[in-house]
Amino acid sequence: MSATALHDAHGEHAHHQPGFFRRWVMSTNHKDIGTLYITWAIIAAIEGGVLSMIMRAQLAHPNNTLVTSGQAWNAIVTAHGLLMIFFFVMPALIGGFGNWMVPMMIGAPDMAFPRLNNMSFWFLFMAFIFVNLGLLVGAGSGVGWTLYPPLSDITYQPGVATDFTLFSLHLAGISSLLGAINFIATILNMRAPGMTMHKMPLFVWSMLVTAFLLLLAIPVLAGAITMLIMDRNFGTSFFEPAGGGDPVLFQHLFWFFGHPEVYIMILPAFGVISHVVSTFSKKPIFGYLGMVYAMVAIGFVGFVVWAHHMFVSGVSMDSKVYFEAATLVIAVPTGVKVFSWIATMWGGSIELKTPMIWAIGFIFMFVLGGATGVVLANAGLDTELHNTYFVIAHFHYVLSMGSVFAIFAGFYYWIGKMYGQPYPEAAAKLHFWLFFIGVNLTFFPQHFLGLAGMPRRYPDYPVAFAGWNYVSSVGAMISGVSTLVFFYILFKIFTGKQTLAANYWGEGATTLEWTVPSPAPHHTFEDVPVIR
Amino acid sequence: MKRSNQYLFMGLIGLAVAIAATQPALADAKNAVGFPVHAPRPWEWWFQPAASPIQKNIDWLMQFVLWLMAGVVGLVGLLLGIVIVRFRASKNPVASTTTHNTLIEVVWTVVPALLLIVIFVPSLNLIYEQSNYKHSYMTVKVTGHQWYWEYDYPTAKGVDFTSYPVPDNQIKPGQIARLSVDHPLVVPANKKIVFKITSSDVLHSFFIPSLGVQRYAIPGQYWKQWTQIDAPGVYYGECNQICGMNHDNMPIEIVALPMKEFQAWLAEAKADAAQGNVPPVHKYEVLALKAAAQKAASAGTAGIALASAGPAETTR
Repeated sequence: MSATALHDAHGEHAHHQPGFFRRWVMSTNHKDIGTLYITWAIIAAIEGGVLSMIMRAQLAHPNNTLVTSGQAWNAIVTAHGLLMIFFFVMPALIGGFGNWMVPMMIGAPDMAFPRLNNMSFWFLFMAFIFVNLGLLVGAGSGVGWTLYPPLSDITYQPGVATDFTLFSLHLAGISSLLGAINFIATILNMRAPGMTMHKMPLFVWSMLVTAFLLLLAIPVLAGAITMLIMDRNFGTSFFEPAGGGDPVLFQHLFWFFGHPEVYIMILPAFGVISHVVSTFSKKPIFGYLGMVYAMVAIGFVGFVVWAHHMFVSGVSMDSKVYFEAATLVIAVPTGVKVFSWIATMWGGSIELKTPMIWAIGFIFMFVLGGATGVVLANAGLDTELHNTYFVIAHFHYVLSMGSVFAIFAGFYYWIGKMYGQPYPEAAAKLHFWLFFIGVNLTFFPQHFLGLAGMPRRYPDYPVAFAGWNYVSSVGAMISGVSTLVFFYILFKIFTGKQTLAANYWGEGATTLEWTVPSPAPHHTFEDVPVIR
Repeated sequence: MKRSNQYLFMGLIGLAVAIAATQPALADAKNAVGFPVHAPRPWEWWFQPAASPIQKNIDWLMQFVLWLMAGVVGLVGLLLGIVIVRFRASKNPVASTTTHNTLIEVVWTVVPALLLIVIFVPSLNLIYEQSNYKHSYMTVKVTGHQWYWEYDYPTAKGVDFTSYPVPDNQIKPGQIARLSVDHPLVVPANKKIVFKITSSDVLHSFFIPSLGVQRYAIPGQYWKQWTQIDAPGVYYGECNQICGMNHDNMPIEIVALPMKEFQAWLAEAKADAAQGNVPPVHKYEVLALKAAAQKAASAGTAGIALASAGPAETTR
């Protein structure tokens, strides 16, 4: 989409000008692949968002009949979760911003394995097709994103839809693995002269830690869903009690992947926020080393806390004590990051431009979601809160207000660098406020619903839950409206005809991507940059 | 821009208040014969009132942790507010260049760690207490099925019955749509009861909020959870782990009786079971339903409509 602008800004170079097919389907350029990822993330977010609007419309009143069958409801719940995690948040942060920014920030010409990069995107594209087949074929795949057997076994989900969903996760997993290998190879080997590990920008560090998490977690998921596919189709009984299998084993394997997955979605967001906060405070990041090793610590500890998702499932008392303690530990490095962001702003000269407003919103909302996370880490309290709307509220505060706020912060921060046109400031602020009010109105009352005992994945509920559900649905519609504002902003950006300076944010923006023209040319650096 | 944001925000608060005003107010939860009902209440923003020692502890620990966390969130909010006001570019045109302060970095690592220890220690007591199954009065075997519960009393021969939800169109006055069942689990009040929970098909979760009870029903395995219900009453819960198309219509209803009444019920249930009949519905329930029906008739209102308006309306 940015072909014209890119070539105008870059006309004097004699590189070949590929046609549409060669450029966008056979692309090997990290920027084009990043654009593909971001485009696809927006498409998946729209689909996942439409599904959430359907859910909130159904839940607006008790006895609603918008979604008539429980199976269809469960299929929507499943698809909403998978789309938002694997096809929106991860592609936007890792495939999108990661591909675009990591090579530029470390002064590399491109990713280490450009063709692998292309393959990684098209695997994700195919995975997207399959997750939709899982939603739409037959009765749909009504298992929840956690895919727990026996519900996901062939007896309880007959039909091919669940196989499509599982296959989709395999493809998305391969895509992520290839991407992770590519990022690790690029970051470890292709840094410009002088850029030692301890001089690397924090976004690059966040991508490095994320890539290692993917590399170690995804194969475990792949193993678990392979066993599930075998149970479904080839008569094995890994998770089938009648054949000596154990449903709890799947939960262990799933969450050994699933908990690092949570950090896979939030660490790149931490990276983005660090850059935005530093830029708009016109100050270098406070406590750089602390920030780096906080991320490393979160990544490490994130691997040894998985059973806190299973406190009311098949775990013993001693396991509860251990997993509670380990989980609480994560709050310490997370606190280091939050306080370091505030210390970065302290004494700064703060410009409240749109990306900074999203970043401040991120910090506050993420701390709120983190606080309920500390509550849920208590195994004893989890007895009462597990699977209730309190949990829904918690993870939407850290995801749809954490990761998603960071995605928007990054989008407004870098869109000029990526496309060469500024966003309309007033409309972007309106977008923030509408979205901020919408998501808070949606998710804050869900804490109350959860405390009162409303279970998740319910298409209908006892009438006592009607009040807060209605408020929550009103909030969801407001966030829906804010998306229309975002479409208007996209339209203004892509029809803009201005020119932007290389470093349009000024003195606060110090990383290497701000030394090249906006939009960044197809081949980034004329000379290898040297870092002092 | 700023001013219009303010108006928008105030408008939304107003909207929320207006919505709240159209809903029935919180009411005390007693049914027609003064038998306490423990069910979710409209506009509730805390736990259902605790009705067991474990749930009292959960309630206490929750307040403890939540107040500490509210302090943390408040502190971060305050610091962000100070930073935004004091260090705006208009107020502070030249940024400082400070990037390190070892003392403060140590403080914000150590203090949160201490705070977590303060949370961890009392939370251990709760975990140990929840896992203490000793000295129980009786055990009930709970089996989850798609989509109903089965209750088996191992010490009372033959007393093993299913518990299905009352369909929405058959709700009588005094019952609660989506929570009331045809045959509730009946247990004695003030006695330690251990639930042995399993499933015959997929995962379910046996969840009764007012008692602080929740455990997955896992096929091929038994997992235990105990409770001791403080007082006679009706206690409602719901299946809390996705289990297929009727996941949202698999409620749990527990009737806790004084010991004498319970023993009478159990004897009757045994006699019924010997003749292949389902257990009797307890007289408390029958009385409650009768009284509610009388009230509905005298008010000239359809019982169904009253019942669907929730516990606050139906239980007076």
